[in-house]
Amino acid sequence: MSFDSEILLVAGRSLYVSGLATVLASAVGVPAGTVLGLRDFHGRRFLRSFLHALYGVPPVLLGLCLYLLLSKTGPLGGFGWLFTIEGMILAQFLLVLPFVTGLTMNAIQELDAALKDTARTLGARRGSYVRILVREARSGVLSAVMVGFGRAISEVGAVIMVGGNIRHETEVLTTAIVKETSRGNFTAATGLGLFLLGTSALVFLALTVLQERTE
Amino acid sequence: MHRRGSGLLLALLLCAGCRSAAAAERLTLATTTSVRDSGLLEHILPDFESREHVRVAVVAVGSGQALEIGRRGDADVLIVHSPDAEKAFLKEGHGAFRWRIMWNYFAIVGPEGDPAGVRGSPTAAAGMAKIAASSRTFVSRGDDSGTHVKELALWKAAGLDPSSFASWYKSIGSGMAAALRMAFEMDAYTLTDEGTYRSIPEVGEAATVKPGLVILLGGLDHPAEDLRNVYSVIPVNPDRHPGVQSDLARHFATWITSEGAAAKIRQYRIGGHPLFEPSPERH
Repeated sequence: MSFDSEILLVAGRSLYVSGLATVLASAVGVPAGTVLGLRDFHGRRFLRSFLHALYGVPPVLLGLCLYLLLSKTGPLGGFGWLFTIEGMILAQFLLVLPFVTGLTMNAIQELDAALKDTARTLGARRGSYVRILVREARSGVLSAVMVGFGRAISEVGAVIMVGGNIRHETEVLTTAIVKETSRGNFTAATGLGLFLLGTSALVFLALTVLQERTE
Repeated sequence: MHRRGSGLLLALLLCAGCRSAAAAERLTLATTTSVRDSGLLEHILPDFESREHVRVAVVAVGSGQALEIGRRGDADVLIVHSPDAEKAFLKEGHGAFRWRIMWNYFAIVGPEGDPAGVRGSPTAAAGMAKIAASSRTFVSRGDDSGTHVKELALWKAAGLDPSSFASWYKSIGSGMAAALRMAFEMDAYTLTDEGTYRSIPEVGEAATVKPGLVILLGGLDHPAEDLRNVYSVIPVNPDRHPGVQSDLARHFATWITSEGAAAKIRQYRIGGHPLFEPSPERH
């Protein structure tokens, strides 16, 4: 692969897949984590341990399971999502969701413990208290989103299985590195690796600036 | 975040919509990494794509996995090179038919000095027997790839059993490029396809620090009958997998076994070396 417009397209695809997966996982995981962090309910500890256990799911195992589900002979074959961008987004969405949910839950819970008494002393009502809490937890929530994005943009096992690493279609930076390495093009692979590093560094820089602004 | 999320979700759904509308124009080809990595497909596919107004999506995996993809109806057509597994695939009813496209030859590569004396052996099995007799280092893929299966068949033909080999036999469970690099580092022998060997000139002709690996037996220049590597095209059987693009797959098979495609295959070279010899046969 030459360092022409193709690498930009591949990088764009990486950002699109991992970015969209993270945004979707955040849209579900942040509200879910907030609710779970606020409500002290029966089984919360179990749920928390369960979410933490999901942090360790190997991407390649998730990829294999999704592969079998999305295959034409699998139960979700009707979607036609195997070897497509949509399948890759689904895979990373599932990979990222536990992180965003669990870390949001932790952030809310910690703040809740710290602020509850103060708020009660000041006589805050439940509704406004939650609003304050969520605002105060912004930085922690953004960290959760960043960890999720980091997991997505850097993983290769799930997207290479579900996407099939099809050139011009489902090839992303990590799978391109695998391909170039297996072809023995170590120079190209290293270049792609640096490009990946740069791309994710830019995103993290932007998110960090955003985080500092909210603090 | 909610609003942005749902906006993007909508965009995703729209995008999925366009995709399914365009789905009729995509032909999924499952093939082996050695075919993709040779660069041949990029050389010949544009011709077919513009003629039929389709996009050919190439999924390149191990031979075994390519057949498995076909077995599940997840590809429309296959290009593979493991005759026995292909016959089983057809027998199970997953393939519509199997036509020969081309062949090339595996190659035994090793150090220029050839301490085991493989050069000039009448057959590859005899060459492998010489390596075993000399106990010179041999790097094996050890990954059940087509090349590994071929290597095991050659040991068997030589009446030898790799599980009894001493430490000169290194089974590494890795791809061809990794095996070639290791063989280069260790001045060892290995069995390779010609395309991958040619595509890493720094372990062969263009090696700088020390002399590179050379082809001692096989390749298109020194063909040995027991190193022949035959590539076939198999459209997935629409009776068994109704979802496949059977017309397009059939057109593809007809095209890739045509005189025009053969001429393009013959033309294709890396560093001046041809990699495939077209030998189309529809039967």
